[in-house]
Amino acid sequence: MSAPFTVVHAGHAAPDAPAPRTARQVPHRGGTPNPSAARLQAKFPQQYVRHEVMWGDTTVYVLPERVQDVVRWLHDDAGEQYDYLVDVTAVEYRDVEQPLEVVWHLRSLPYRRFLRLKAQLPKGTPLRVPSVWPIYQGADWLERECFDMFGISFDGHPDLRRILMWEQYREGYPLRKDFPLRGRFSRAEQLRQALSQNPEAKYSMEELTIADAFEDLPLDMRRRLAGGERTGE
Amino acid sequence: MATKRTIEVALSTTGLDREGRPQRVPLAVDERGQVTTLAPPPALEPEPELEGEHMLINLGPQHPATHGVLRLVLELDGETVVRCIPHIGYLHCGFEKIGEYRQYNQIIPWTDREDYLNSPGNNIAFALGAERLFGVEITERCTVLRVIALELSRIISHLVWVGTTCIDIGAFTPFLWAFQERENIYNLLEGWVGARLTTSISRVGGMAADIPDGWLDGLRGFLKTFPKTVAEVDKMVTRHGIWVGRTIGLGVMTADEAINYGLSGAMARASGVAWDMRKDFPYLDYETYDFDVPVGVNGDVYDRFLVRMEELRQSVRILEQAVERLPDGPVNVDDPRLILPPKSKATSEMESMIHHFKLVMEGPRPPVGEVYVPVESPKGEKGYYFVSDGTAKPVRWRIRPPSFVNLSAIPKMVEGHLLSDVIAINASIDIVMGEIDR
Repeated sequence: MSAPFTVVHAGHAAPDAPAPRTARQVPHRGGTPNPSAARLQAKFPQQYVRHEVMWGDTTVYVLPERVQDVVRWLHDDAGEQYDYLVDVTAVEYRDVEQPLEVVWHLRSLPYRRFLRLKAQLPKGTPLRVPSVWPIYQGADWLERECFDMFGISFDGHPDLRRILMWEQYREGYPLRKDFPLRGRFSRAEQLRQALSQNPEAKYSMEELTIADAFEDLPLDMRRRLAGGERTGE
Repeated sequence: MATKRTIEVALSTTGLDREGRPQRVPLAVDERGQVTTLAPPPALEPEPELEGEHMLINLGPQHPATHGVLRLVLELDGETVVRCIPHIGYLHCGFEKIGEYRQYNQIIPWTDREDYLNSPGNNIAFALGAERLFGVEITERCTVLRVIALELSRIISHLVWVGTTCIDIGAFTPFLWAFQERENIYNLLEGWVGARLTTSISRVGGMAADIPDGWLDGLRGFLKTFPKTVAEVDKMVTRHGIWVGRTIGLGVMTADEAINYGLSGAMARASGVAWDMRKDFPYLDYETYDFDVPVGVNGDVYDRFLVRMEELRQSVRILEQAVERLPDGPVNVDDPRLILPPKSKATSEMESMIHHFKLVMEGPRPPVGEVYVPVESPKGEKGYYFVSDGTAKPVRWRIRPPSFVNLSAIPKMVEGHLLSDVIAINASIDIVMGEIDR
């Protein structure tokens, strides 16, 4: 109990703004853009690509190289104060020509604003964007999940490794469109790969006990599993 | 030059030296056979710092107090946590991947299974996002019914939280009281949609069913008795010495830290962030209901408990207002692109049959676009992000999981605390692993 605590009120930077209301009849395209988009364009003319308003939310497309500077300005500037990182994710379209998109959802609690920031990574280029972890501590796991599911590297992230899949997972990145819904390998193949690893080098104690249990299985079941029979499909 | 040899035995068999002191230092013999001590006997000093090895222990993944299959690797110095490395993913099912192969209404049963203590809340959050994507305005009756379902599911989730946290900290009785009330709500939900845990209560453009006759009386009865249970739990726990001693000052997050770490919901409010999606980014006409948002000032486990207890009472207030204002009228939107026609029409009219067939076989198609609609779930800000390319299945369906982000701050919260406090802090986050691993 060292630092004195203060209560931070959402919307405190815009006390004269009208009380928020439930959105009704939101147009598909068009509508008032978030004022941050125009300010961002003036501040970073080189990085800014375009913006669009869709279903009431403003999306700003920026170039991926200096995303961290853009986000830092959005976070620090007194007129923006995007202090809350809602989400970091990515989108891959079914159209293989379309670039992969990294999406940052930012929220300004003091102004009650919401901004979607997007950077496009064309197919064939290395999937790298700067990390926003130095600005938002909450980006840690969100960026790890994005890396885990899409294989996008976040430069500057302190501990970028798989989070939902296990670390020896070799099938690729599950949310990419070229990844089949059932996975690349059959379940038997996955089990065989797991068992053929050098367990002491990579596995923890509880996983070692699972590998031992394979020897205790009935002979016919072991033979079926070793033969690569497809199970559970 | 005298050479010294070390003799490792004491002079006398009693282990005492000539003066009768305990012989503890190595001895040396010089050339003339004189035995001298190498060093003076140690003076009485304060006990030196114990420098033991740090211990690495595995809390979970199969540990009842981790509320699921969470694995925390803890580095302990004595009993103090030096480092905490969480491992998650044991329940990973690839919901988001599966959603890309399903029509919108077919995804709703998956939302039941992520945060399974808040199934109606997830269903409705999903439907709100999808309706924005389809450009549909739901009916007045549906709006109020959704508020009722949302607040009931908030009560369920908080009751489970209070009960299990009490068990983690050592109180068993409030758990039974909380689960009894939860059972009442499940009975209500069963009367409404037939399911208890996995409700799938909403559809894009409406609800799975209207409430049956007399259902509101059951809800009114529940609203009469439920505050008494809350008061009992409050009386039992809030000023209890053990409870207070085991929760105050634990896992403290200041308001700035809470925002920076992405905490939301009761976690952020306990840290003094006066922010509730229902007030600040309202949906379902929440701005027209009269309710308060409790905000803590200390940001510790005790404040999180107080905030959630108060949210239970506020949910009752919202429910009472919702019951009073529930209008008559249709529940589902009048849009044959989205809502199935009545069965009698589907079997007698050509046009209805075509709509029925196309809705079931092909599914409704939203326009090209993307949308993120957040709601205030019991765990925090929950949102669904949809990207549509105009087909009946989303290109991307993203769950913004509040307890995933809340849990990512656990190393910051537990480091420096005792091992037994890890349980209390972990419980205070209100995690549901189904939502974290998805």
